[in-house]
Amino acid sequence: MAVVTAVPGRGSRVHRLRRRIQDNLLAYAFMAAGLACFAFFSWYPLVRGVILSFQQDNFVAPPYWVGLDNYRALFADPLFYTAWRNSLLFTGLALVFGFVLPFFIAVLLNEFRHFSGFFRVLVYLPVMLPPIVAVLLWRYFYDPGNGLFNTVLRGVGLPESQWTQSSNTAMISLVLVSTWANLGGATLIYLAALQGIPGELYEAAELDGASIWQRLRHVTLPQMRFIMLVLLLLQIVATMQVFIEPFALTGTSNPDTITVLILVYRYAFTVNQDFGLAAAMSVLLFVVLGAFSALYLWLTRTGD
Amino acid sequence: MTLIAPPQAPAGGATPAPAAPRRKRGLVGTSPATRTLVSTVDLQRHRGLYFTVLGLTITVFVLVFLVPLYWMFSSAVKSPAEYALSTPTFIPHSWHPDTFATAWSNMRIAKYFTNTVLYAAGGWLIVLTFDVALAYGLSKLKPVFGKILLGAILASLMLPASALLVPAYLTVVDVPLLHVNLLNTPWALWLPAAATAFNVYVLKRFFDQIPDDLLDAASIDGAGRLRQLWSIILPLSRPVLGVVSIFIIIALWKDFLWPLLVLPDPESQTLSVALHRLANTSQVPPTDFMAGLAIASIPMIVVFLIFQRSIIGGLSAGSMKG
Repeated sequence: MAVVTAVPGRGSRVHRLRRRIQDNLLAYAFMAAGLACFAFFSWYPLVRGVILSFQQDNFVAPPYWVGLDNYRALFADPLFYTAWRNSLLFTGLALVFGFVLPFFIAVLLNEFRHFSGFFRVLVYLPVMLPPIVAVLLWRYFYDPGNGLFNTVLRGVGLPESQWTQSSNTAMISLVLVSTWANLGGATLIYLAALQGIPGELYEAAELDGASIWQRLRHVTLPQMRFIMLVLLLLQIVATMQVFIEPFALTGTSNPDTITVLILVYRYAFTVNQDFGLAAAMSVLLFVVLGAFSALYLWLTRTGD
Repeated sequence: MTLIAPPQAPAGGATPAPAAPRRKRGLVGTSPATRTLVSTVDLQRHRGLYFTVLGLTITVFVLVFLVPLYWMFSSAVKSPAEYALSTPTFIPHSWHPDTFATAWSNMRIAKYFTNTVLYAAGGWLIVLTFDVALAYGLSKLKPVFGKILLGAILASLMLPASALLVPAYLTVVDVPLLHVNLLNTPWALWLPAAATAFNVYVLKRFFDQIPDDLLDAASIDGAGRLRQLWSIILPLSRPVLGVVSIFIIIALWKDFLWPLLVLPDPESQTLSVALHRLANTSQVPPTDFMAGLAIASIPMIVVFLIFQRSIIGGLSAGSMKG
């Protein structure tokens, strides 16, 4: 807005000011629809969610203020702890499979001189499926009776598993589908990063007598450190919000697989019909994930 | 792993990097630029090992990533009796492609498929229009408070969508100021989709790179702001518009939790939501159901095979080098 004083002369000053006002009006006319979407579905819900978490709201009576009651109710609910434990377990297992595995797949694929396009398409194909399709398909595979997996296990003489229906294997079964359906994204990002590593580094290391493992450890890993950190944060944020896998495979009332988001859904839409309680749970989730997101944005900030 | 975050734009907001140059076939003749962990000489020396590992990897990849999909498509064309065999057949003995037709009509897949196509097409138009206008305003008209608004938009990247679930749902039920109920209407999917900071950011970064001189010249020739957007900015932005379009459509097609909440009426549901409901409530033969799953996947697989370069390129472009 400092433009106005830049040029002397009254006529041109008025002219510039008018043009500036015109542009501003026009800009806001252009941006109105988009800004309204952000206001209604991003900024306002954030504020509303925090307010809601201090209110009693179940559509029956008009919402009224209850202070910290919702939070007290949460901390008194044993499911609250179950949900966080399950979500953390899922995230932990998912990191073992979904964070480490893509790295090794990418390193391996990067060595191949043949079929590179083929591998890339294949590994990304499941990512394109609607997630519910992947999960429902695997529900048939996991079927304890005649499911594909147990048929195969039976065929090779291994003990069968109850998969999603036993508390020992339920979580790992969820992680397996989720990994299958999603690891393509991370793999391709790693692959692109690997191709950005200057070959001279490997050559120099080789001349110094570094073995393949030493090269992987001292050249590849340090070069990939940044992108691995970024993906680590993204995956934590994404997997803490897991919903479809437990929802479609084991339902919303199986204590083995109630995750944070399943509990939010339960509180708001099924058992309790209590929006205040659900909002309080969401606020806690937001606080936890917000920290990771902030770290991510700070790491990848590109100015302005 | 549940990597649903949109792929990152390159720092310059430019078009996705062109796919990496194809490696030459054969082990010899790879340029030093493609030098990797293992040297070409080493690969040459251990040709046998290389091809064994390559073959193993292909086998494992096909088993893990292709066979489940093949299973979905092949189960759909089996007869229900054959599907129920305790030793499953890999190649169907009898072919019943008409299962697709039965599923299409009996499970009312046709209805849900049409719904989903309409939601995706309409959503693409609305989201692109809103976000392009927003990005253009921020990038070229530079209004007062523009920087603050951009900051607020970017800050919404930090909001995990699921944490907003309940208040956003309440907003849809009763939109503030307007007091309309959007439940079971396409607007409940479209308007929140337009509030995707990632799209606005990519578009804005791209518009920023278009020199203002071009617009000034057009202005001297008498073109208004709208004309400048339509005749200069948009034609120049074709690549980025293409990528953003693909991501808008994929996101709308794949979404599940939000449509599950805001489309409770079976008549208005998307294919994903309807499939989940059918899986739990009705006695659909498994072969029909497989056909339903396959129908839901076909458009995405086709889109992927056609646009795989942009999709993979857009994804890889996000890899920032440390």
